[in-house]
Amino acid sequence: MAGRLAAAALAPLLAVLASMVLFGAFLFAAGVDPLQAYGLIWLGAWGSWFSWQNTLVRAAPILLTGLCMALPAQIGLVVIGAEGAFVLGGLGATAAGLWLAGLGLPPLLVQIGMGLAGIAVGGALIAGCGALRQYRGVNETISSLLIAYIAIAVMNQLVGGVMRDPASLNRPSTRSLPDAVMLGNIPGTSVHVGLIFGVVACIGAWWLVYHTRYGFAARVVGGNARAGRVAGLPVGRLILSFCFLAGGAAGLAGMVEVAAVQGAASADLATGAGYTGILAAFLARQNPLALIPVCLLLGGLDAAGGLLQQRLDVPDATMMVLRGVLFLTLLASESLQGRISLPRLVRPRLAPVAAAGE
Amino acid sequence: MTSTHLTRRAALLGAAAATTTLAARGAYAAPYTVGFIYVGSRTDYGYNQAHAEGAAAVRKMSGVSVVEQSKVPETVACANAMASMIHLDGASLLFPTSFGYFDPYVLRAAKQNRDVTFMHCGGLWKDGDPLNAHSYFGYIDEAVYVSGIVAGHMTKTGKFGFVAAKPIPQVLRNINAFTLAAQSVKPDITTSVIFTGDWFMPVREAEATNSLADQGVDVITCHVDSPKVVIETAEKRGLFTCGYHTDQAVLAPKGYLTGAEWNWPYLYPRWVAELKAGKTISNYIRGGFREGFVKSSPYNKIVPESARQQADAVRNQFKAGSFAIFKGPIKDNKGNIVIPAGKVMGEHDPVLEEMGYLVAGVSGSTS
Repeated sequence: MAGRLAAAALAPLLAVLASMVLFGAFLFAAGVDPLQAYGLIWLGAWGSWFSWQNTLVRAAPILLTGLCMALPAQIGLVVIGAEGAFVLGGLGATAAGLWLAGLGLPPLLVQIGMGLAGIAVGGALIAGCGALRQYRGVNETISSLLIAYIAIAVMNQLVGGVMRDPASLNRPSTRSLPDAVMLGNIPGTSVHVGLIFGVVACIGAWWLVYHTRYGFAARVVGGNARAGRVAGLPVGRLILSFCFLAGGAAGLAGMVEVAAVQGAASADLATGAGYTGILAAFLARQNPLALIPVCLLLGGLDAAGGLLQQRLDVPDATMMVLRGVLFLTLLASESLQGRISLPRLVRPRLAPVAAAGE
Repeated sequence: MTSTHLTRRAALLGAAAATTTLAARGAYAAPYTVGFIYVGSRTDYGYNQAHAEGAAAVRKMSGVSVVEQSKVPETVACANAMASMIHLDGASLLFPTSFGYFDPYVLRAAKQNRDVTFMHCGGLWKDGDPLNAHSYFGYIDEAVYVSGIVAGHMTKTGKFGFVAAKPIPQVLRNINAFTLAAQSVKPDITTSVIFTGDWFMPVREAEATNSLADQGVDVITCHVDSPKVVIETAEKRGLFTCGYHTDQAVLAPKGYLTGAEWNWPYLYPRWVAELKAGKTISNYIRGGFREGFVKSSPYNKIVPESARQQADAVRNQFKAGSFAIFKGPIKDNKGNIVIPAGKVMGEHDPVLEEMGYLVAGVSGSTS
């Protein structure tokens, strides 16, 4: 088990190291001391409790949007529409929150209602992409990508139209949620409880995929849909339910964005967390559990970007370069998967131990 | 085995990082640190560059150090950028310069950091908001009005084009001011508006500019975050342009007539000096030409003397506080009277902040 884990992690780790070297060369060419830059990235991302909290806040939404890609991947679908589910989930949660709070329900019930609304809207959106794929043969990658644009346009239309707070003049937004229904922070930190949702969802998804019959069935379909169908697996139901869970995760992230951070829905709801989720899921090789360390890495890089700009006076695009390099080396490393095997690398190290034993 | 090795190396790297940054920290421990946060690029020839030019003026002050961060979206990234400037750079004054930063991020940060002053651009502060938060904005429609006068003198077709982001009050006010100014020169001048839908849409801005050019307009101006694409495209099409946010003359040496600019390099050092000296300044700060918030780009050499004279005269009236752009009778482009005859609305009139109409002569819809 541990060996298999290490083998699976080897290629991504090598990719991260390679991208660090490449990015270092890029920094050096740009006249920046790479070691100083990496020092700053460390400080800004994980170097202090303050930085850690900053990193965790940024990691929280990516955990959930990463699942939006990682879950359908188990069943062989490449879904990249998390941004759409995130935005509409957030909008749905806002509508539900304003309505339920207006009814005078206690805050906890309002929050639960908002969460369910976010999950339902986000889930329905991605399940729609799954249905198009299953019943109409529409490529789910294209449809989910395009539907994200439509979702953002719909959100802008509603926020600037029927859902607009008349008092929001120059920046159209919905009415604000009452303070009482806002999600709080994890006690003793400045990190909102959305992080817990993300971690629990990742662990739950991992359990579902690797430790249940249902998840096994999904992976069988992912390996060979026709074989799955021949074996009598309900392929359509599996695809729809996995897509729903995926969209639900991203929709929940949208709900957290509204209920813990922004307090109202506006054009700013399109934070790009959905797109970062794609990168996260690829880095994690679609493993829900691996999303957790990956999001700590990406969240950290995101958090450190500001410090790099402030201290080294490098352009804001610098961190985008690192992200781009990371993504490319990672995709390239996929081709190495299975070709470099860990045992061969580990064996020389084990040899002296064996020798000592003799 | 491998993992402990890695951890040790990571720890060593971390320690090395800590020492280098401590050294760097010393250099940054200037007596007064001011942080600037921008929503876009510092070199956008527009909104953000205008603020960055203000920051550059602050940087020249003695005893002040400046930290900057650009492309910070109006999300939790803004909260983190402010917190990082406060906690890691020791900033005592922050300029979060984008409209959407204020609620909730600046408000929250101001409550949590009572000893830090926040100068937000947008003019959103209201009674009950934290006293260490300030919000300022300028009546840039005054400068747009002056541009409109110059454009009115230059146009041959009598048709203007306006590339705008969103039909919100600030933008409508500029479109209306530009049109009213031109009509004060030639009453039958019309303006065609194209809304792109967002603040930074380079491709759509170029398309809009080209389509306006095809419709026969000969002067183009805009209200988007980065006017670069609009001004460059219009120059290629041989049109006159009026700039916005900052000076875009270098992008269009032939057709750039003048422009409405923010005057942050004038105001920021003054505010920083006052706050640094411990003086209190107002929480809600507004102004136009008179208070030094806005200015006009230098006239192109092709602008004739008659146009310069009229534009200068109106600007001087703005400076004296004796000119109102919005005075009745004004009709909207659907024929309704929006400001009755005899009514004069000064720049500070809060009703103007809710402007929801386009004046007669503007073709375009607010929704």
